[in-house]
Amino acid sequence: MQVSPTNGIGADRPVNAQDPFDLEILANPYAFHEELREAGPIVWLEHYGLWGMGRFEEVHATLNDWQTFCSSAGVGISDFRKEKPWREPSILLEKDPPEHDRARSAMTKVLSPVAIRKLRADFEAFAEELVEQLVAKGEFDAVTDLAEVFPLKVFPDALGLESGERDYLLRYGNIAFNAFGPRNSLFEESMAEMPEVAKWINARCDRAKLSPDGLGAEIFGFADEGKITEHEAGMLVRSLLTAGVDTTVNGIGCALRSLAAHPEQWAALRDDPTLVRNAFEETLRYDSPVQTFFRTTTRPVDIGGVQVGEGEKVLMFLGAANRDPRKWENADQFDIRRKAAGHVGFGSGVHGCVGQMIARLEAEVVLKALTKRVHTLELTGEPTPKLNNTLRGWAHIPVRVTAK
Amino acid sequence: MPTITFITPDGERHQVDAKPGISVMQAAMANDIGGIVAECGGSAMCATCHVYVGDDHADRLDPVGEVEHEMLECTTSERTGSSRLSCQIEVSDELDGLEVYLPESQV
Repeated sequence: MQVSPTNGIGADRPVNAQDPFDLEILANPYAFHEELREAGPIVWLEHYGLWGMGRFEEVHATLNDWQTFCSSAGVGISDFRKEKPWREPSILLEKDPPEHDRARSAMTKVLSPVAIRKLRADFEAFAEELVEQLVAKGEFDAVTDLAEVFPLKVFPDALGLESGERDYLLRYGNIAFNAFGPRNSLFEESMAEMPEVAKWINARCDRAKLSPDGLGAEIFGFADEGKITEHEAGMLVRSLLTAGVDTTVNGIGCALRSLAAHPEQWAALRDDPTLVRNAFEETLRYDSPVQTFFRTTTRPVDIGGVQVGEGEKVLMFLGAANRDPRKWENADQFDIRRKAAGHVGFGSGVHGCVGQMIARLEAEVVLKALTKRVHTLELTGEPTPKLNNTLRGWAHIPVRVTAK
Repeated sequence: MPTITFITPDGERHQVDAKPGISVMQAAMANDIGGIVAECGGSAMCATCHVYVGDDHADRLDPVGEVEHEMLECTTSERTGSSRLSCQIEVSDELDGLEVYLPESQV
């Protein structure tokens, strides 16, 4: 990647030489996060020639200043003004206000707390059924038997997607989130799968393929009202399929891993299930499923005394901000009683996760179902991380449960 | 520093100092005011920082924005003419002495 001339100036800028997308760092990013936070409020990441940010205050401020830190040049490493995007840019994620607002407004309505409340009964029923089967088994893989199974049924069902072949959704999410990163092995492997998977996804975003009573059909309803175009409606369905599956799989997986690895926290949750929603907030803080997103500066800007030029990429480490000791006491401790709200696991500001209430609902009903039926939850082996350029999650979490 | 008073459904009053520029929700969170949940952290996505602004104070606030309006349709306690999302009210010197009433429930 080219280093623009403005970047060479300013001997005072903090520098870090590591590759944040190195597979070992992705597998365990926390030591690197600390290095980044301690180096300064914004740090020049030499390996790629761009900026990285790991402290809460600056990450939060950046997320909330779309005027200075835009999304329209891409929220991955690639600069859309210089490189052709791998797919048509998202009209939600990769646009700035005011272009962003129509799509955002439609999605805010489709995914509002009131809309989500209607899904609760079905979600709860499936969570309880699934947990019942797993408790009967005793030993299972908390990812492939639970964290994947649950979202893969309830979310596409809510959307109105036909059943069958749903593992394509996991593959698509994995591709899309790898594509925000550099051209490393994860990126290349994803791109090799892309044509086949994208074809499947695009076919499913077609209006005729969606059931008339799902969230997808509702999105197309906005096209009928003239608020968005038919093509944009399809794009938004694609956005939901991209952003709504892998993220919740990883969120639920991270929660189960953290709870299984901290038996006293599981016991506290089991004994007081009113902590369930807070336990998920703490999970998002402690092991943030979405680790990073990029912005691009629209003007020169001073960040804590460091001069950043115009048109430069800034990589926000959400997971690092969520463990910044400047913001959080005992930041490296998983504590389900902590006041975790206000973390940036869902981002913040105009691009804050629009599906966050459905994600919370999914995690809540799964954890609540477990607290009803499970006495002990423990690891029976080392969990295997699932590496992705953007997401943090687990491929396998072998666990054993005893019934209540 | 401006003060804001949070009044619980039982009539208990909690007066807090709030720095201009933060939101009323953030002032509540910083002072452990129990009746504010604020799950989304201030993105106007969750409708769990609902408050009723005292009648004498409503005129002092900016009008309800479009996103806030939509989200107020999602509150679990009844929406009234004085309903606001506290994450969307920015503290300023002009708001010194603001009184807000907490709803029965947020989630």
